[in-house]
Amino acid sequence: MSMTRKTKKRGMQILVYALLIFGSVLCLMPLFWMIRSSLMTNVEIFMVPIHWIPEKFRWENYKEVFTTLPFLKYYANSLKLVFFVVTGAVITSSLCAYGLARIDWGGRNIVFSCIMGSMMLPAAVTIIPTFLMFRKIGLTNSLIPLIIPAWLGGGAFYIFLLRQFFLSIPKDMDEAAYIDGANHFQIYCRIILPLTKPALVVVGMFAFMNTWNDFLGPLIYLNSDDKYTVALGLQLFIGSYRAEWQLMMAAACLVVIPAIIVFMLGQRYLIEGITMTGVKG
Amino acid sequence: MRNTQMSKKKRRRENMWGMLFCLPCILGFLFFALLPMCTSLYYSFTDYNVISRCNFVGLDNYKNLFSGTDPYFSKALWVTIIYVALSVPSSLIVAFCIALLLNTEVKGKGIFRTIFYLPSIVPVVGMSAVWLWIFNSDFGLANMLLKAAGLPKCQWLSSESTVIPTLVFTNLWTVGSTMVIFLAGIQDVPRQLSEAVEIDGGGRMAKLLHVIIPMMTPTIFYNLVMGIINGFQVFTQAYVITQGGPNNASLFYVYYLYREAFQFMRMGSASAIAWVLFVIIMLLTVIMFKLQKKWVYYGGE
Repeated sequence: MSMTRKTKKRGMQILVYALLIFGSVLCLMPLFWMIRSSLMTNVEIFMVPIHWIPEKFRWENYKEVFTTLPFLKYYANSLKLVFFVVTGAVITSSLCAYGLARIDWGGRNIVFSCIMGSMMLPAAVTIIPTFLMFRKIGLTNSLIPLIIPAWLGGGAFYIFLLRQFFLSIPKDMDEAAYIDGANHFQIYCRIILPLTKPALVVVGMFAFMNTWNDFLGPLIYLNSDDKYTVALGLQLFIGSYRAEWQLMMAAACLVVIPAIIVFMLGQRYLIEGITMTGVKG
Repeated sequence: MRNTQMSKKKRRRENMWGMLFCLPCILGFLFFALLPMCTSLYYSFTDYNVISRCNFVGLDNYKNLFSGTDPYFSKALWVTIIYVALSVPSSLIVAFCIALLLNTEVKGKGIFRTIFYLPSIVPVVGMSAVWLWIFNSDFGLANMLLKAAGLPKCQWLSSESTVIPTLVFTNLWTVGSTMVIFLAGIQDVPRQLSEAVEIDGGGRMAKLLHVIIPMMTPTIFYNLVMGIINGFQVFTQAYVITQGGPNNASLFYVYYLYREAFQFMRMGSASAIAWVLFVIIMLLTVIMFKLQKKWVYYGGE
């Protein structure tokens, strides 16, 4: 009796592992395929039976990508954009979250509901008038329209996430500081921010991912190719080198791998952060 | 007396601080949400095209859309609805199943969680290039594998009937972010409830149907709403992988909107298209919030 139950349990476990491993293979396969194709000749990529590992690693493909398109320039643009967006989003969303979580003031509820409401607002609806506004003041074809929103709150989701964290900190700490004569800005800098570093890292990572991955924004605002971000540069590459799959995969690696590296560095914080708030970016 | 004066002063000071801290996001809300909403409503009643003067045309833009004068509108709407109808349930079910698997006693849970989450952080443009190559109907990996298994070739992205299912499939690749939320929810289901089922002699299935799923309905609801909102806004895949083709079979709504606004520069009618999308999403959200009373269980009520 207990024997059969044990074997049944064992069988169940093996099935679970088999399914999980199968799923993991499906998740990793496209990435592996991208990397292996990026290191092959344009003959080897098509070979049957399939070559999973390149016979000889062809790093020249990457060199060729860098010489056909100014990818270094795109990297510089993307890094500049990411730097300003991440700092802006972390600073202003944490300020706003502090204002909503730790200060008891008259406009708090209405500001909070406006922000929550704007989370549901489809970006597609606001993109045309926002573009026309920046066009009118002559700021298109620069990174500025992509940076300014980050310095004005950075996104409802970040504010919501940080507010949740700030609410979980006991009030008596800042009350003690308040009695000692500290003002809200000092409490924010010296007490709240140091205590919520993991949450700030999560916001920074989300801001990084969203900016690095953003396509529609740069596509609309940037029109000369010395201003392009890597995502946009890749699209240009795909458009012009459709048959050269190995080069296209090398270019794709250049866009994908930095995102994976950043994810690997911070994935612990990131997944914990999502788990904690139950929302995703 | 002095006390109330003090507290009044304190109130005012708190209001000042609150306003100051929230100022960036208040400005952000005004300039990047409220103002654009209003101006886009205004533009939707005009023939604004950036170059010539802007004329008021009343409801003409909307009439063009709904009367079929613009044949792409109904096509785009239909394509997007089908995509949402296929991709949202399939990704919810797959995400839920993976979360259930990870909730059992497996070793290396953290590693599996990371692997399943990884695809959702991969830049969509980069992945689009990879999908183009994997689902290439002549040389792609997908057809190579089908051939190796002795199965007939599939047209994948280059046939009208398979392009949407193929994109739905690629969307399944990114279910990890939804899965992580489900997993967090499942881990929060009170143990006593599952134990109660065990005492009553119920098996895994009974636990799933009578405890886990009912307790998870708020999370399912959240993911359903967000899935629909995001599903209606698919853009990058349409732009990079298919360019709306073949024969407009993947003319996603936002891609159609983009074309109208930024290729043909018809800002007026594009604004009308945007507002129709906004109203559709609003209506769906309201309906879902109304219907949730029938199936979503909030504990402690």
